[in-house]
Amino acid sequence: MKDLIEIRWHGRGGQGAKTASLLLADAAFNTGKYIQGFPEYGPERMGAPITAYNRISNEPIRIHSNIYEPDYVVVVDDTLLESVDVTAGLKEDGAIIINTTKTKDEIKKLLPNYNGSIYTIDARKISIEALGKYFPNTPMLAAIVKVSGIMDEKQFLEDMKGSFAHKFAKKPEVIEGNMKALELALAEIN
Amino acid sequence: MGIRERLSGNEAVATAMKQINPDVVAAFPITPSTEIPQYFSTFVSNGTVDTEFVAVESEHSAMSACIGAEAAGGRAMTATSANGLSYMWEMIYIASSLRLPIVMSLVNRAVSGPLNIHNDHSDAMGVRDSGWIMLFSENNQEAYDNLVMAHRIAENKDVLLPLMVCQDGFITSHSIENIELIEDDKVKEFVGKYNPEHYLLNAKEPIAIGPLDVQHYLFEHKYQQAEAMRNAKKVILEVAKDFEKMTGRKYSFFEEYKMEDAEIAVVCMNSTAGTTKTVVDDLRNKGVKAGMVKVRVFRPFPAEEIALVLGNLKAVAIMDKSDSLNAAGGALFEDVVSSMYVAKKQVPAVSYVYGIGGRDTTSKDIEEVYTNLQEIAKTGNIDNPYRYVGLRK
Repeated sequence: MKDLIEIRWHGRGGQGAKTASLLLADAAFNTGKYIQGFPEYGPERMGAPITAYNRISNEPIRIHSNIYEPDYVVVVDDTLLESVDVTAGLKEDGAIIINTTKTKDEIKKLLPNYNGSIYTIDARKISIEALGKYFPNTPMLAAIVKVSGIMDEKQFLEDMKGSFAHKFAKKPEVIEGNMKALELALAEIN
Repeated sequence: MGIRERLSGNEAVATAMKQINPDVVAAFPITPSTEIPQYFSTFVSNGTVDTEFVAVESEHSAMSACIGAEAAGGRAMTATSANGLSYMWEMIYIASSLRLPIVMSLVNRAVSGPLNIHNDHSDAMGVRDSGWIMLFSENNQEAYDNLVMAHRIAENKDVLLPLMVCQDGFITSHSIENIELIEDDKVKEFVGKYNPEHYLLNAKEPIAIGPLDVQHYLFEHKYQQAEAMRNAKKVILEVAKDFEKMTGRKYSFFEEYKMEDAEIAVVCMNSTAGTTKTVVDDLRNKGVKAGMVKVRVFRPFPAEEIALVLGNLKAVAIMDKSDSLNAAGGALFEDVVSSMYVAKKQVPAVSYVYGIGGRDTTSKDIEEVYTNLQEIAKTGNIDNPYRYVGLRK
């Protein structure tokens, strides 16, 4: 991993992009990193485009501003590709990860100004299969961990088990499904 | 040695309050400080603290309840932001003039209007002459540390003034970052028990608090408040010394960053200081003698000390996250330049208003300020000392 990795999340209100960024910060913290996880608050409402950010570093993080030149971009909802410039400032040696049923070639046509790597994942299919409901943030979290190589996959799954046990203390029945969503996503991202 | 954690700024503040376990917390929710009373009320209902939590119907009542609790002899805390602080306005002055060491967490947000929920310092600057001690915090760690030190400063019998700890709304209040917490028992021992000398619930000494204070007395009482604020300087440093012994973390009136041989410098407060440090490092790598001063203690204002640190610069920029709308520069700018004038230090100085209403302040913005300072240092020319950065043309 580079000394500092910067990640930008694009989602829609209610899809859990903010929660995913906080869970990623948590997981990276557990591997000993310095972390930042923060949303950009706007007029929040269900369905509106939202942005969240992560910095993950080997050194203490002092900068306090939004991220304009990310190493990675995660798009939780592919309908955003039409309305938001998701690749703005994205480094060419970085990557974009998109939740979509489209092929990479179809996505490429939608991002004419971007020449870096593209990864796709069908988070809806995974979420429905593992959880019976559509919560795209869990598969997307696994996808960014795999693509960025921020941490070891086994260690990540181990950590997330603990995080979910804490987060879902009042509804433990969903822990297994969330773990399954992570595992499926790790296997299917390409 | 300390507990490695990751918390948002609001979580850090709530954690400090839990460890302090005050007698009374009275608060009304307002973005972006809402989470503080929210988290704290769960500590109350879980029995983690034995604080009396007063869920009031307004901020005016929140401050009034804190005043009542402190006057009775208890230790009281609250949290608010922006218009919540505005609504406390008259009670803010009563708290300080009654010499009640209430501790408040102020999560800085733009005061309406028009309505904006994001960060700037217009709420804090509105109460800068109200007789409260004001500490500013770069990140979650400093918001936490300042709060742990707060009661020791405020309750010192040479001080007896209310104190507010500021941090930037959303930027630090809602950002999860690493933090080193202090063990519960150590915080408890450091903060100590509150033993007020005079209080309403002392049956052996019946007293009146807040009666009419006419021409014969008010002036002297205001002088005593001013003296208390002057005394606070010494106490703030003493408490910081003890805090350093406990944690290894050093605090003073302000942080000097690469100032030893600096020729140009930026003066700022809160989270912008972190971003500025990264810019200073980049400039130093290019051979530019840049430095930064981050003001932690804004009230009392460390006038002599800051003039000494800035006095030999070739140019200085003072950054205010609040426009005083006075055609004469921001509040921090005015305090810094008058300090230098009184100390007979003539340094070319410019005021920069920035980051209003949550406008993101980037490294590029700060670089622009330093580039302009280099120009001023070279030529000595300042066309317009009242400037803006990050403002759309």
